[in-house]
Amino acid sequence: MIEAVNLSKTFQDKKRGEIRAVDSVSFACRPGEIYGLLGANGAGKTTTLRMLATILEPTSGTARLCGHDIVEHPERVRKHCGFLSTATALYPRLTAQEMVEYFGRLNGLDATTLKKRIDEIFDRLDMNGFRDRRCDKLSTGMKQKTSIARTLIHDPPVMIFDEPTLGLDIMTARTIIEFIRECRDRGKTVIFSTHVMREVEKLCDTIGIIQNGQLLAEGTIEQLRQRHGVNDMEEIFVKIVTPHYQEAV
Amino acid sequence: MSLRNIGIVYRKELTEALRDRRTLITTFLVPLLMIPVLGAGFTGVMSAVIGNAKKEKPKIMIIGSEDSPGVVDALRTNPKINAVPTSGDWKNLVVDKKIRAAVEIPPDFQTELAKGQAGTVKIYIYGGEMKSEFAAANIESFLKEYRDSVVTERLVTNHLPGELLKPFAVRRQNIAPPEKEAGAILGGIIAYMLILMCLNGAMHPAIDLTAGEKERGTMETILSSPVSRTHLVLGKFLLVMTASLVTAVLLMFSVSVSSTVLQKSGALNQMVDEGEPLPQLSLGPAAAASVIVMAIPLSVLFSAGLFTIALFAKSHKEAQSYIAPLMFLVVIPAISAMLPGVELTPKLAVVPLLNVSLLCKELITGEYHWNYIILIFVSTCVYAAGALYLAVKMFQRESVLFRS
Repeated sequence: MIEAVNLSKTFQDKKRGEIRAVDSVSFACRPGEIYGLLGANGAGKTTTLRMLATILEPTSGTARLCGHDIVEHPERVRKHCGFLSTATALYPRLTAQEMVEYFGRLNGLDATTLKKRIDEIFDRLDMNGFRDRRCDKLSTGMKQKTSIARTLIHDPPVMIFDEPTLGLDIMTARTIIEFIRECRDRGKTVIFSTHVMREVEKLCDTIGIIQNGQLLAEGTIEQLRQRHGVNDMEEIFVKIVTPHYQEAV
Repeated sequence: MSLRNIGIVYRKELTEALRDRRTLITTFLVPLLMIPVLGAGFTGVMSAVIGNAKKEKPKIMIIGSEDSPGVVDALRTNPKINAVPTSGDWKNLVVDKKIRAAVEIPPDFQTELAKGQAGTVKIYIYGGEMKSEFAAANIESFLKEYRDSVVTERLVTNHLPGELLKPFAVRRQNIAPPEKEAGAILGGIIAYMLILMCLNGAMHPAIDLTAGEKERGTMETILSSPVSRTHLVLGKFLLVMTASLVTAVLLMFSVSVSSTVLQKSGALNQMVDEGEPLPQLSLGPAAAASVIVMAIPLSVLFSAGLFTIALFAKSHKEAQSYIAPLMFLVVIPAISAMLPGVELTPKLAVVPLLNVSLLCKELITGEYHWNYIILIFVSTCVYAAGALYLAVKMFQRESVLFRS
């Protein structure tokens, strides 16, 4: 369960002054559901998700993951969520197994549980062929699997994906999409950000459209279609965002 | 404070560091090889140069000696110099290093000498040029002997004992214990190298664990794990400090071993005249150990300082450009301590780095001024704690971690 309440983040920029990257965003995301955060580049998607993952601290407002407040108990929040983005790389000089082990230990798993979990995940993701290969020698697909294993090692109830398919080829992107769907089917709470409309249509139970840090519209695909009188997701998005869109300078 | 998490982070960073070629080179290879290579190279070149210069029979010219065949013949037959036929451009020859020196005998030297007063014999040399100085020294010692022989002759003529010339003898003898002599010779340079090695050992890991992590995109990965930022920064810092300390320990080990080997190898024989005692260079284990103890707060200071600076950078390259000027800042106090006459005073004892260099110089000679040792150890610890506090604080700041 994720509940964001008036979540806001401002940055100080020397040239442009105060920037409201995320402006009083509130939403809720339930277990067994995928919440898709849709927006153009610089709309505030990454900042929102980074705040949920407690990598950034909100300027005001807050959010709760499984009942834990992101401001008051960031370490507990991190124990309950897995965070995956294109910016979360692997340690090049560790092997795939060492990488996953490291995160298991940091999550407080004891040696026996850790070994069991690793064997289970490596079997499921078919990773045994490159277990002891260093991460800098892995292919993109192998890296993605290792990253997935890294987020899953502590079996978190909440999964946060920040543009997880950005820059990946179709086959690798598909692995990720399938993985996201699997997370939902296992009853996890899933939130992910993207600007690819097809991914939204395929995956999301609820969609939030974000621009200039503000949540402009929210609902299921059906609700959005009815509200705006168009069928195509891209048309809906353009219709909602255009009045607010200023090209980033 | 959970030591477990700090330990997990430390162990992982250690695994990575041991697989990083650059860290291995700066931490293990540089301190172990630098001293023997520099030491062997330096003493090799020095002893070759000095040995050659001493072996050479310097060419000299004798000027204005037409009326004094006695002294000229004696000079010509002296085995330590090679008197070549006189030519008019002897000044140019000295300047062009064709001959090493020229000796000018004043007119009517022998006649005047017989009367009792014969003026001044001049030696023309190329000042600052070692071979020319050696030639002059040979001529001088010949002339002194010649003068003595003249005096002795006169004494004998006047029926006086020859001992009148030397009513007493003078002799120098070194009574400093060998390790003190070694300390006096090596102290400054060892303190300088210790500071440089402590810094150098910390530099690459400090950059790799901060800016390097940002550059590789693993910063966000690790920040999404439950480990707290304080534990993370402490685990990382400990690794940087380990690298710095290992570098310092290996340096002292290398100094200790190479100086003893050098002492026993006989390479130093070339540098002194026959019969003179050899300079003592071998450094005892007690001196090496006491310097290593001082290296502990020093490496904390450097590790935390470099860590904080490198944390600001977004890439390895950027971090290096921030740290390069720091090298100069560090080298200045380290070199000042090598200057003769700069000694520990209560004021200098609180100047960071300079105090450690000066103290190391003393420790190596086996002097233990406990009040200074405590003052300097504590003050360096205070600076180190300040730097570490800063590193931890900086690691909490989003504007530093996510600088764009």
